[in-house]
Amino acid sequence: MAFFEFKDVELVGMAAGVPSFIANNLHPLPDDDISSDYAPEDFVKNTGVLERRITYTQTTSDLCYHAAERLLADLGWKKEEVDALIFVSQTRDFATPATSGILQDRLGLSKGTYCIDLTLGCSGWVYGLNTVTSLLSTGCMKKALLMAGDSKAVRPMKISPLFGHAGTVTALEYKPGAKGFQFHCGTDGSGYDAIIIPDGGARNLITPRSFEYEECEGGEKTRMQSRMKGMDVFSFGITTAPKSVKKLAEHYGFDYQSYDYLVLHQANMAMNSMIAKKLKLPNEKVPSCMHNFGNTSSASIPLTIVTELKGKATNARTNFLCCGFGVGLSWATVAFTTENLFISDLVEVDEEGVCL
Amino acid sequence: MKTLDEFVALFAEQLDETDPSTVTAQTKFRDLDEWSSLLALTLISMIDEEFDVALKGDDVKNSETIEDVYNIVVSKK
Repeated sequence: MAFFEFKDVELVGMAAGVPSFIANNLHPLPDDDISSDYAPEDFVKNTGVLERRITYTQTTSDLCYHAAERLLADLGWKKEEVDALIFVSQTRDFATPATSGILQDRLGLSKGTYCIDLTLGCSGWVYGLNTVTSLLSTGCMKKALLMAGDSKAVRPMKISPLFGHAGTVTALEYKPGAKGFQFHCGTDGSGYDAIIIPDGGARNLITPRSFEYEECEGGEKTRMQSRMKGMDVFSFGITTAPKSVKKLAEHYGFDYQSYDYLVLHQANMAMNSMIAKKLKLPNEKVPSCMHNFGNTSSASIPLTIVTELKGKATNARTNFLCCGFGVGLSWATVAFTTENLFISDLVEVDEEGVCL
Repeated sequence: MKTLDEFVALFAEQLDETDPSTVTAQTKFRDLDEWSSLLALTLISMIDEEFDVALKGDDVKNSETIEDVYNIVVSKK
């Protein structure tokens, strides 16, 4: 049983960077991989995804860079104060080296900054939070940035109407006496191929065949595109996520229904509604941003907080439960309290890399 | 554990366009006009709620009749 608690750390600020271009699922573009299985209206109704932010030029690190500049300025943090930078993504800038180092240099952070990449998707923000809080709780490091997201489409490969691009930044601080964070984490690698990009890693190197289309669940895809066993993932999500929340509450002896918000990974509306229903939580406690941003992988939990809870969670002490679940298969739930959370305005980045 | 007849009735409840009286244990559900990947998710939800069984995609794909699905649910209980 993977339960963890790290005290003396507080989440103090959040920001999110998204592409300025908005794709609309009711009016699909030639680049959108719309299934002929159902009408666009039915897709929007069932998945809950109307709009998505899409880019062909901005990588995850570009979106995170702009969000980080905004957040550092808003919080008044000096660059040299940042002790650690954790970058969570499945879309790094290069096969090697790690992207966290590129961001350290681009942001002008000190050469003493502790930098690592974590390769996780839907569960990634919660795992990243676990890593950051474990580093900060000893007090050796005082300030850290957690960056999480996935981005950038490549033509001519079509893009799934379920997913959007985003890069988020979460600022955490060592604060003696702070309540801290409680985690439950789990992994089931037997489902490694439930969501997978088959080629491009060391197991299956890229060959010309990687770019040929083949029939798989959800239509024709190349071996360089993410493919999903939709029914397996759905079944996994609706059973595992509620159990993880309940296990965490049981282990640490709290009433999860008394929490202000349960922020779920934004998988799709059918799945998230089912999870909320199983936990008997009212809609107002389960905010969602998938209607406007789609499923944004490891960015989805922080993006939901940035876009839906600014002005709500920022004015008062707020108790959060957050649960990420998906690719891996991997899942994690965290409980924490914010005292004076700062949320930056949404950062929109155009195709030239200019902040609007 | 619910009976096969009860399972067939629950299955029929998930359908919007098919007359429930025409649905039997031997119905080849994937041949129904309204069958879709989204309906498969509804079926998985129903089985999770009513039977606390997590069905896999292959369980649905390898089943021909509603009775086949019921037998998988029973084997996973």
